[in-house]
Amino acid sequence: MYGNAYIENDGNKVNSILADEDPIKLAEFEARIAAGDKIEPKDWMPKEYRKQLVRMIEQHAHSEIIGSLPEGTWITRAPGFRRKLALMAKVQDEVGHAQLLYSAAETLGKSREDMTNDLINGKSKYSNVFNYPAPTWADSAVIAWLIDAGAIVNQLANSKGSYGPYCRALDRICAEESFHLKYGHDNVVFLATGTPVQRAMVQEALNRWWEPIMHFFGPPDKASQHSEILMRWKVKMGSNDSMRQTFLNMYVPKIWDLGLTLPDPNLRKNEETGQWEYTEPNWETFKQVINGNGPCNKERLAVRRMAEENGRWVRKALMNKDAVYATPLA
Amino acid sequence: MIVKSLDPRIERAALDDESKIGELNVHEHFETYEVFQQVKRGTHHQHVGNVHAPNAEMAMLFAKEQYCRRGAAVNLWVVATSNVFVTEYVDADIFETTEDKLYRDPNSYKVMDRINAFKARTSKV
Repeated sequence: MYGNAYIENDGNKVNSILADEDPIKLAEFEARIAAGDKIEPKDWMPKEYRKQLVRMIEQHAHSEIIGSLPEGTWITRAPGFRRKLALMAKVQDEVGHAQLLYSAAETLGKSREDMTNDLINGKSKYSNVFNYPAPTWADSAVIAWLIDAGAIVNQLANSKGSYGPYCRALDRICAEESFHLKYGHDNVVFLATGTPVQRAMVQEALNRWWEPIMHFFGPPDKASQHSEILMRWKVKMGSNDSMRQTFLNMYVPKIWDLGLTLPDPNLRKNEETGQWEYTEPNWETFKQVINGNGPCNKERLAVRRMAEENGRWVRKALMNKDAVYATPLA
Repeated sequence: MIVKSLDPRIERAALDDESKIGELNVHEHFETYEVFQQVKRGTHHQHVGNVHAPNAEMAMLFAKEQYCRRGAAVNLWVVATSNVFVTEYVDADIFETTEDKLYRDPNSYKVMDRINAFKARTSKV
């Protein structure tokens, strides 16, 4: 998942999370959220709320910007002019989403420069799924359809969260994602209904991406008081498993409908419980990739560094010495 | 080590995966401008978000790319965030329209009652 799959509990006891908070302000804050009201940038908020939101929105922003790299790879080789235009538009959207999200995180007090520094120096994470290569055109189709589908499940849930600027950014983002989803579906359907070579290509891509997609929603949450608080504050809008279920329920039938298979013999819907059953993906691999050992982690960050460095002289030349730093308003 | 990539452009760039760059300082990504968009003539401009830009002209360019990529727009405004004066949410009570301001409410003027009473009174005479 983009942001909240990787919420970490720093080992703080719940009591110590809330210990220095003013009980009256905390009660007002919680009442506001319980009433379905949004929290805005200058409002009082608990330190833990601010910290988790910055981490989550920042990770989401980094995911958008790094996520545009594996797809960007295919712009020059997308088959046909219309697909090139569409893929360029999609990649531009993703980079635009990063800008919206960085601004939302900035309202909480972390500058965009600091977020970029933390991405480049490896302190901040981004979605694991973007550390995998896209070796064929079919991979780019599977990403555009299914990774974006996963992102929509996640983002629709988060857009009902409690922090105003994040919700507003997500509303804009979700509106654009629907084009990505249709574009991706169109590309997958084109291949899946095509020649045996095209079908084989999309099947292989699907096999490659299935584990990263299952990883996308994050490991099963451990029930803890910490995550209970984050749910109550509407920072976390659903468990990782419930989001994974929503995704499986919406998309596995669509995949099977095309006569494609998924590389998990245990994958099936239990009609009695309404829940999907599946083999747990390898969470050790997930951990390895998050910690920098995936197939493309180094490449992604090296490209990001190159972009930052190559653009630096242009930005320096444009800098306005009289500029006044102000936190974005909303 | 030189990054091996599936992307021919990245291959050609021969990037070093251990390369380092200096940290960005605050402001290297510029100040922010708030963006207001008018979707249709005759409607109000509405705040839609912000962009980072070194000056108003570039803010306008980025705003067009960021907020008007699709869908309708006929006009844009940008203004440096630092030039916007804002109220604080803690002072939101200044907006409370209290019940005792009924004199601003057209429905609080019941002239017909008075007119009807007047007519009833005068017609008897």
